[in-house]
Amino acid sequence: MPDKHLSSQFDVDLNALSSKLLEMGGLVESQISTAMRAFTQMDLETCNVVIQNEKLVNDLEIQIDLACTELIARRQPTARDLRLVMAVSKAITNLERAGDEAERVAKRTKRLIEAGASHNINVAEIKLSGQMAISLLRRSLDAFARLDTIAAAEVVEEDRQIDEEFRA
Amino acid sequence: MNLGTTQAPQKVAKNALEVRNLNFFYGAFQGLKNINLDIEEGKVTAFIGPSGCGKSTLLRTLNRMYDLYPGQRAEGEINFYGQNILTPGQDLNLLRSRIGMVFQKPTPFPMSIYENIAFGVRLYEKLSRSEMDERVEWALNKAALWTEAKDKLHHSGLSLSGGQQQRLCIARGVAVKPSIILLDEPTSALDPISTGKIEELINELKHEYTIAIVTHNMQQAARVSDYTAYMYLGSMVEFGKTDEIFIKPKRKETEDYITGRFG
Repeated sequence: MPDKHLSSQFDVDLNALSSKLLEMGGLVESQISTAMRAFTQMDLETCNVVIQNEKLVNDLEIQIDLACTELIARRQPTARDLRLVMAVSKAITNLERAGDEAERVAKRTKRLIEAGASHNINVAEIKLSGQMAISLLRRSLDAFARLDTIAAAEVVEEDRQIDEEFRA
Repeated sequence: MNLGTTQAPQKVAKNALEVRNLNFFYGAFQGLKNINLDIEEGKVTAFIGPSGCGKSTLLRTLNRMYDLYPGQRAEGEINFYGQNILTPGQDLNLLRSRIGMVFQKPTPFPMSIYENIAFGVRLYEKLSRSEMDERVEWALNKAALWTEAKDKLHHSGLSLSGGQQQRLCIARGVAVKPSIILLDEPTSALDPISTGKIEELINELKHEYTIAIVTHNMQQAARVSDYTAYMYLGSMVEFGKTDEIFIKPKRKETEDYITGRFG
């Protein structure tokens, strides 16, 4: 059975949607790791980079949201195409939220540095949770890129375990 | 008081038609291959698939419309409320009044709007003039055509627009009070507004009638039907709830077709 649409433009549009989502995911991943570096090194310059780049994340969310709406209006996707568009639409909202959190980490860090309180913080545990979050995000994006449902389910399970660990 | 008995009784799904091991032949060519299917009462069942897949053929077996053509025959069972309509000795005129049909191209008779409806009713019922007037108004109302047609009931049915003619054909089918209405691509010759009116009508009619529709327009099947059957090369590939077929079909062949990957 062929895996391409009769309309090759439809394939182009769907592929572009997936690529844009991965681009946004990569940017958010980089924002989180940069914010964590700013925090662990207590570096003002790095904080500012994260705060400036937040706008790029928001712009991408708007672009992708528009692309989803246009694709639904023009193509009326069904079945796996519909599920893909809905998944992308939900994912960008959550990626945008993750981007906001990275920016918050950068802003808080900036305030700590400016208040001269940066030496009072024990960064070890927070650094660990940051690494876990980055790893989860990277693996969920990998699972999406490869359409690997088993890897996706593993991320969900691991997220549950992390929640339990940090509640304890 | 026994609270357990105050629950509303659950409505049990009932089948208007049950197709069992149906095979259909155009002379030596087999048009349908071992079809099994239940058509639920009061629901809309849509048949989709590429040209030549057998969807119209299947629809035409359901009221034995094929009997009008020599060399065509069906084997198996089609149970209409328990009675196998494929057995010999059926009153086919009566059967077709119980299971009405509307075709792709509007086919009003070359007579007045009023007579288009009264003609069929007279074959089965003896109504007084006022009863017939009432029936005509009732049928035109059911087909959402009364407002547009009430001032020209004695004009020719052919004077109506294409969309109105198609609704007249639906009114004509409804007038003899069938239990099932078969629609064979009822909107493929109509513009989007007329199409919208027919789809709205299907939605209204399904409360009182069982409807089976063949359509080339997949989105139309998604919009109007409760169940969808995907057919290919004379076989039923998948049959299920329309939501399931259009969101997560079980078979890859169905998914390829409805997502436009069919080549």
